[in-house]
Amino acid sequence: MAGIEKYGAVKLVTRRGFVVGALRALCLTLLGWLGGAAFLRWKCLGVDGTWACGACPDRAACRFAAALPSKPASGRRMVWQLDPKKCIQCGGCAVNCVRQPSAVKCVHSFEMCGYCRLCFGFFQPGAKTLTSAAENQLCPTGAIRRKFIEEPYYEYTIDESLCIGCGRCVKGCAAFGNGSLMLQVRHDLCLNCNECAIARRCPASAFSLVPADRPYLFKPQAGKGQP
Amino acid sequence: MKIYAALFALLLAVLSARGENRFPMPQFESGYAMPAAAEPGAHPGLFEALDAAVLLGALSLAAWLVLRRRSRRGVLLLSVFSLLYFGFWRRGCICPVGSIQNVALWLFDGGYVIPLSAAAFFILPLAFALLFGRVFCAAVCPLGAVQDLVVLFPVRIPRHLARALGFFPYLFLALGVLLASAGAGFMICRYDPFVAFFRLSGDLAALAAGAALLLLGVFVARPYCRFMCPYGVLLNWMSRLSKWHASIYPDECVQCRLCERACPFDAILVPNSSLVPEPREKGARRLTALLALLPFLALAGGWAGASLDAKLSANHPVVRQADALKGAPAASGSFKSKMLESFALGGGKAEDVRARAAAVREKIRLGGWIAGGFLGAALGLGLIGVSIRRSRDSYEPDRGECLSCARCFMSCPREHLRLRGGGKIEPENGGAHGG
Repeated sequence: MAGIEKYGAVKLVTRRGFVVGALRALCLTLLGWLGGAAFLRWKCLGVDGTWACGACPDRAACRFAAALPSKPASGRRMVWQLDPKKCIQCGGCAVNCVRQPSAVKCVHSFEMCGYCRLCFGFFQPGAKTLTSAAENQLCPTGAIRRKFIEEPYYEYTIDESLCIGCGRCVKGCAAFGNGSLMLQVRHDLCLNCNECAIARRCPASAFSLVPADRPYLFKPQAGKGQP
Repeated sequence: MKIYAALFALLLAVLSARGENRFPMPQFESGYAMPAAAEPGAHPGLFEALDAAVLLGALSLAAWLVLRRRSRRGVLLLSVFSLLYFGFWRRGCICPVGSIQNVALWLFDGGYVIPLSAAAFFILPLAFALLFGRVFCAAVCPLGAVQDLVVLFPVRIPRHLARALGFFPYLFLALGVLLASAGAGFMICRYDPFVAFFRLSGDLAALAAGAALLLLGVFVARPYCRFMCPYGVLLNWMSRLSKWHASIYPDECVQCRLCERACPFDAILVPNSSLVPEPREKGARRLTALLALLPFLALAGGWAGASLDAKLSANHPVVRQADALKGAPAASGSFKSKMLESFALGGGKAEDVRARAAAVREKIRLGGWIAGGFLGAALGLGLIGVSIRRSRDSYEPDRGECLSCARCFMSCPREHLRLRGGGKIEPENGGAHGG
C-alpha cells in the first residue's frame, strides 16, 4: 500500500482507519467545545454567580469581545479563605495545612480592638500578673507583642513569623473581647492547593473560594457594615 | 473543672448576647496612630497564563523530540525541566491529573467557575495525545518525570498481573469524578503521592507513600502512571486514536528482536502473524459470550456502586454534619463535637441539614450507579480487548500503553543506521492506521 501512495492521487482508507479518524475528530471537537465553554464561563460569568456583562438580555447587543479587558483578571481567580464568622477556633488550621507552619495566621483588625489592659487573647486565664512574662501568655509561640500606649490602653500586634495559626488568642478574644483577632489565610504564604487540606478537615465548613481581588474576609465591624 | 467550664459558658452566653465591640475603641490622647491590618495579596494571576503557556510549549517540544528528533536525551532533559518547573517550582498544583476533578465539578455544579488554567491543563495533554500519542507522559508530567528518573533496574511483571492492576486507574477515575461532581472533595488530589515532595512538606503518610512508590519504581517502572493514574486512562483512550505516534524504528522493522526487552513498561507488541491462529469458530464463540456478559457486568458494577452510597457520601461535608446531628452526644474535643459546636454557632435548623444531606445522598447514589456501571463496562471491554488478537507483522508500541519515552529507539539497528547517515528519514508509518 505504501508503494501505491508514493505515486500520489490514491489514498486508501481502511474501515478501521476511517472509524479511528472519525472518533479522533469527534474527540478533538469535544475538547474544543469544552475549552470554549470554559473560556466563555470564565469570561462572562462573574465570580458571585452573576453575569459580568449583565446577562445579555439582547443577544445582538452582546459586547462579547469588549468584555474581556473590562474586568481585572484577578477578579476571575479564586483563592481559599476562611470565614471568621463560621470559625470555631478548633486549632485545625495549625496542623492540617500542607505548609508547616501553616499559611493561616492570626490577623488583628485594629479598628475593632478595645486596646484592653487585660486582653483575653494575650493572657492565660487566671494570669497572676498582667505582664508579658512567658508564663502569663496564652500564645504558645509568644507571637503577640504587647505595647503600652497610654493608661490604660495597650496595643497588641501579631508577629507573623512566629504565629502558627492555632487560634487560641482568637478564641479568647472572641469569648471575652471584641473579636478583633481573626484567623485568615495569608495569600503570600498559601499555595492555593486544588483541594485545601484544611478546608477538607474543617468541622465548621468555614473555608470557601473567594475572588482573588477581595481575598480577605474580616468580620464586619459592629454598626459599620462591610469592611 | 466542670464548674469552671459552666461558669465560662455562662459568661460567654451573657457576653455574646451583648453583641460585638464590648469595649469601644478608646479615644487616644497621646496621638497614637493606628496601624492597618496587613493584607498581603495573592500571587499574581499572570502565573496561571504562564503555566498554560509553558505547558503548551513543553508539549510541542516533547512531540517534536519524540516524533521528529527521536531523541531520548532530549526527552529526558525536558522531563527534568518539567519536574523542576511544574513540580518543585509550581509545587505540583495545578496538574492535569487533578484537573479532571475541576472539570467534573464544573460540568455538574453550575456555581463553580473553573480556573482557565485548570481547563487548559485538562484539555491540552488530551489534544496532544489525540495527535501525537502520550508525549505528555513522556516529558511534561512532573509525576511521571520523578518516577522516570528512578527507573534503574526495571523488572518485567507478568502480563496478567499488569492487566489486573491496570484496572485500578479506572476505579480511581470513577471514584474521583463521582466525588468531585457531587461536591464531596477532590479525592485524586488527596492521594497524590508525590505532591508532598514537590512542596517539601506534608504529612508523614503522604511522604511515606511517595517514598515507597519511588522505591518500588526502581524495579517496577512508573508504578503510579501504570497502576494508579486516573488521567492516564483518558490519555490511553486518546492515544489509541492518535494521528501520529512514536515508532520503534525510524523507517522499517527488520524483525531483529533487539527492541523486545527495551521497554521497561512492557508496552511493545511483538509480531504475531507467524503464530498459528486460533480456529475462527472458537474465537467467535468466546467473543459472543463476552459481549453477552458485558451488560451484566455493567449492571452488577452499577448496583455495587449504588449500594456504596452511604460510605461514599460520608465524604460530603453536609452529610457529615447530618450524621453528627443524628447520633448520641459526642465526647468533647472530638471532630463530631466541634462540628456540633459550629452548627450551634451558625444557628441553622437540623431539618434543613437533614434534607440537604438526603439530597446529596440521592445524588451520590445515582452517581454510584453511573460510576459502577462504567467500571463494569470497562472490565467487560477489557476482557474483550484481551480476547481479540489483531495480527501484526512488526514490532509496534502499544498505542494505549506506550508513554512515548523514546527508550526503545536506540535499541533499533535501523536507528543507528539513520544516526550514522545523518540524513532525515521520513517516517513512513505516519498514519499507521491506514495500513
